Amino acid sequence: MKKSKFERFRRFLPLYIMFLPAGIYFFINNYLPMGGLVIAFKKINFNLGIWKSPWVGLKNFEYLFKTSDAWIITRNTLFYNVLFIALNTVVCVALAILLNEIRNKMAKNLLQSILMLPYLISMVIISYLVYGFLSGESGFINNTVLKAFDMEKISWYAQEKYWPFILTFVQLWKNCGYLSIVYFSAVVGIDPTYYEAAALDGATKWQQIRHVVLPELTSVITIMVLLGVSKIFYSDFGLFYQVPMNAGALYNVTNTIDVYVYNALLSVGNISMSSAAGFYQSVVGFAVVILANWMVKRRNPDNALF
Amino acid sequence: MIKSRKMEVFAYIVIGLIGISIILPFLLLLMSSFTDEISITRNGYSFFPKEFSLNAYAYLGKSSATIVRAYLVSIFVTVVGTVWGLVMTVLCAYPLSRRELPGRKVMNFYVFFTMLFNGGLVPTYLTYTQYFHIKNTIWALLVPNILVQAYNVMLAKTFFQTSIPVEVLEAARVDGARETTIFGKVVLPLAKPIFATLGLFISVTYWNDWTNGLIYLTDSKLFSLQNLLNRMTSNIQFLSSTSLGGNVTAADLPSQTVRMAIAIIGVVPMLAAYPFFQKYFVKGIALGAVKG
Repeated sequence: MKKSKFERFRRFLPLYIMFLPAGIYFFINNYLPMGGLVIAFKKINFNLGIWKSPWVGLKNFEYLFKTSDAWIITRNTLFYNVLFIALNTVVCVALAILLNEIRNKMAKNLLQSILMLPYLISMVIISYLVYGFLSGESGFINNTVLKAFDMEKISWYAQEKYWPFILTFVQLWKNCGYLSIVYFSAVVGIDPTYYEAAALDGATKWQQIRHVVLPELTSVITIMVLLGVSKIFYSDFGLFYQVPMNAGALYNVTNTIDVYVYNALLSVGNISMSSAAGFYQSVVGFAVVILANWMVKRRNPDNALF
Repeated sequence: MIKSRKMEVFAYIVIGLIGISIILPFLLLLMSSFTDEISITRNGYSFFPKEFSLNAYAYLGKSSATIVRAYLVSIFVTVVGTVWGLVMTVLCAYPLSRRELPGRKVMNFYVFFTMLFNGGLVPTYLTYTQYFHIKNTIWALLVPNILVQAYNVMLAKTFFQTSIPVEVLEAARVDGARETTIFGKVVLPLAKPIFATLGLFISVTYWNDWTNGLIYLTDSKLFSLQNLLNRMTSNIQFLSSTSLGGNVTAADLPSQTVRMAIAIIGVVPMLAAYPFFQKYFVKGIALGAVKG
């Protein structure tokens, strides 16, 4: 028995060795920083090094939650995520169903490719695209659109009331292609005999969508929504940092936890605040994934992430 | 679906309009970059510029050393990062796909858990800068967060599990083949599709990444194209202010058009390559949601 176990190990040794490089990488890139979360409870002093720096208990968190920032970044992160998840699901499922209506194969492929395009463009470039429309002095909207209606110029990068809409639009513009194609591939996979049966029973187009397509998509929709919910404490750093060009006047509606952590660490150099905010994000974010997955699993284990 | 003509026309209209909304911003960028600076000051960015001009590109030409350098950095990082990351990802995924491997569950969890929980920016930053000293080195653009991604490992694992029949592996084993031989002679030849898909995903990630440069680079010599673009959003004079810039001065900078021209230079490689790989990309996306 002992020998056979050893033999088995020897036989599989190459497989363990194959796994090793990535295993080490995950240790350095992910597991070491997880241990590093304890710095949220320390006052970092680089002369002493990270491990020898003194413990300060919950002080960092006290400072963080005394500021109004803690509330603003939590509100923004959650608000935008809930909005994005709901909007993306509705728009992209609708787009997927529409895409499936198009019979001409070439047109269908072309439209798919165009829809996917923004997904491949970096947020830096997108911030330039947005700037072309919104720039105060030379933007297309101020100089052409508003002029045509005899309206005053608007300094977009200084007025926060517009940004919830702008960010939502840019987000949808960038991501809807990707998500539509995920849903589209599920729509294509639906057994055509279902429709035939429904049509024989005299179902209208709308009834077919409601009673055949949507139920068949439930599983993939649940998984995609669950993926979104599991990242509800995280935000697209590029969207909230690049697109508003990190404008201070807009922080009230653009500052999310990720932007805050970045600015606190690298612009302000405040490790205490940023590590406390980061710890809060990691731990609460983790609790949300576990909870959301558990709730889905209880209803239907097939739709859960793990 | 039982298709109806009315619905199809409706689909063309809706998706067509969305398609136009996707193309237009790129068109505005392109037209603006070819407009005369004075015309922009007077009329703003426009789809139909009154006066064409190549000044912005001429200006960029003068500081081409910086731009060419950034291009080379981007190309280097994309090529090296893709090959390195791809090899590590596939090597990691294959053992996880072998159900009879002792300890597979633990290894799988070890990888999957990184998708659920992470230390975040601050500890990662301190780990890489304090212990590995990657600040202002080329490693900063290659290694943190994007080299091997758990999601890609899961994608490859699922591919191996679903596309390589267990019977084939079994037969090779009965013939007395070693694991290395099985991997090299049986598995790899069947794995071309996953190499193509992942290679595409990883190279797009490297080409588009600007966060690692933002976080770990202060030395502009190592800036990739994305970092250069990023720096220029806040500091349009950046090109003339670097020592690499050559003989250009800030005074004669046509800043409104240069802004657009540099973005065009940044976006052209992706737009040019896209028609050739879009088919594979769309297919890769359709692989859909991955489970742990």
